[in-house]
Amino acid sequence: MKEKFIKVLIFTSGFITILLFVVIIAYILINGIPVISFEFLFANTLNSGREGGILPMILSSIYILILTAIFSIPIGVGIAIYMTQYCKNILLIKFIRFISRCLASIPSIIYGLFGFTFIVLFLRLGWSIFSASLVLSLMAIPTIFQVSEVTLNNIPLNLIESSLGLGATRLQTIISVIIPIAIPGITTGIILALTRAFSEAAAVMYVVGSTFQIPLSIFDTGRPLPLHLYILASEGISFENAYGTATVLIFIVLFITISTNYFVNRYQRRIKYEIKS
Amino acid sequence: MKLKVKNFNVKINNKDILNNININFKKNSIHALIGPSGCGKSTFLKSINRMNDLIDKFTFDGNIFLDDKNIYDIDEVSLRKKVGMVFQKATPFPKSIFENVAYGLRIHGIKDKKFINKKVKESLKASALWDEVKDKLNSSALNLSGGQQQRLCIARTIAVNPDVILMDEPCSALDPISTFKIEDLIQKLKRKYTIVLVTHNMQQAKRVSDFTSFFLNGHVIESGKTNQIFLNPKKEKTESYISGRFG
Repeated sequence: MKEKFIKVLIFTSGFITILLFVVIIAYILINGIPVISFEFLFANTLNSGREGGILPMILSSIYILILTAIFSIPIGVGIAIYMTQYCKNILLIKFIRFISRCLASIPSIIYGLFGFTFIVLFLRLGWSIFSASLVLSLMAIPTIFQVSEVTLNNIPLNLIESSLGLGATRLQTIISVIIPIAIPGITTGIILALTRAFSEAAAVMYVVGSTFQIPLSIFDTGRPLPLHLYILASEGISFENAYGTATVLIFIVLFITISTNYFVNRYQRRIKYEIKS
Repeated sequence: MKLKVKNFNVKINNKDILNNININFKKNSIHALIGPSGCGKSTFLKSINRMNDLIDKFTFDGNIFLDDKNIYDIDEVSLRKKVGMVFQKATPFPKSIFENVAYGLRIHGIKDKKFINKKVKESLKASALWDEVKDKLNSSALNLSGGQQQRLCIARTIAVNPDVILMDEPCSALDPISTFKIEDLIQKLKRKYTIVLVTHNMQQAKRVSDFTSFFLNGHVIESGKTNQIFLNPKKEKTESYISGRFG
């Protein structure tokens, strides 16, 4: 009796989770897909977003995604490699872990505020796609670092010792044994962090500006998709176009996640090695 | 004598792991290290190629000489090239069979393709694996069986031309047939290499080794020719261990 009750409970909670996901996605798609047209995707924005397309926003978002990746991946993965392969000071390791957990739990709006006062005003970088990428990188690094660290720590010590035992240096071991095995796990962390950064409105709203122009340089102001969506809805400009924007956002995120998963799985089948992370 | 160990002590985290170890390893011989778990044999083995340097809070005193040269006067990369190691669990890299054996050559900067091909073939032959894998050199090493993987690891080790091969219970994860093949291989390898073999299996020590040292709680209780240790042990503790009264 008791067991049956628990079974039903677990089943229901699982079912509710899936149902919620399906309902949210379906609701947005039903409202959003009718809005999407060639013009909506590839035209300039008109009349504050009531008319025209969202090309400038798509481009802003893609610029920001690429720049954030360039800033955050080397740093996040680099710290993880340093901590797992070189650093022997346990206190320092614990300290960095603690700091990164703190950074990961700071609300994104506070990152936005920090970005505004420090990056935009104090460093005088101004409102720009560049500034927004810096702020989003700060948010992405802890996630990339944490997932990479777990992955790297799970690589069997024997494998590392085998490489060193053949006379390889630390660096050679990292490049030809450790990284190839860790790539799937590290990629998961990168995707987790970057899709979050891609969908972030609060952290960028004080640092990126709010232009409707197509950004021509990374030092131009811009308006990424989530911010556009937020402004369209909160200022009551056009709920229709807000749903359209949301749909595009969801499709891009799904595309990134699914295509990366596909490549990671193919890679894993090729090297036949799986590290839990 | 290929390897000489003199008054060697090891502490890890200020705890005594090895106390005053003195053993000489004869060239082209198989020297077995036996003893119960936790007696320090693996730590000792890893001291010889300085793998313990990786451990935080590892300290030692005393000396180990390879060809009369202190191992701490040789840089660790050249030392590890001369002193290869095979682990308990086979640890092939997630690369092809060919690349696994070529790995050691490549990291030492050898680019000559002909030389690498020749060396890979030689090493696979020397480790009695060639006939089983010659048609699938480019398939993943992780497709091989446990015993084949272990022989691949031996091939990988001998590809870089070591003088000494350290083996840390190389057969403990293998079935009897694979074990037999590896033991047979070890016997053949001693013509060219000096082998230090850590084993839990006393029958194995008896079957393959020329010399045996018995470790207990970080001390070497007795060391000598394998026949003498097993048939006519001088110390009481050795006798009770090999007759299975503890351990």
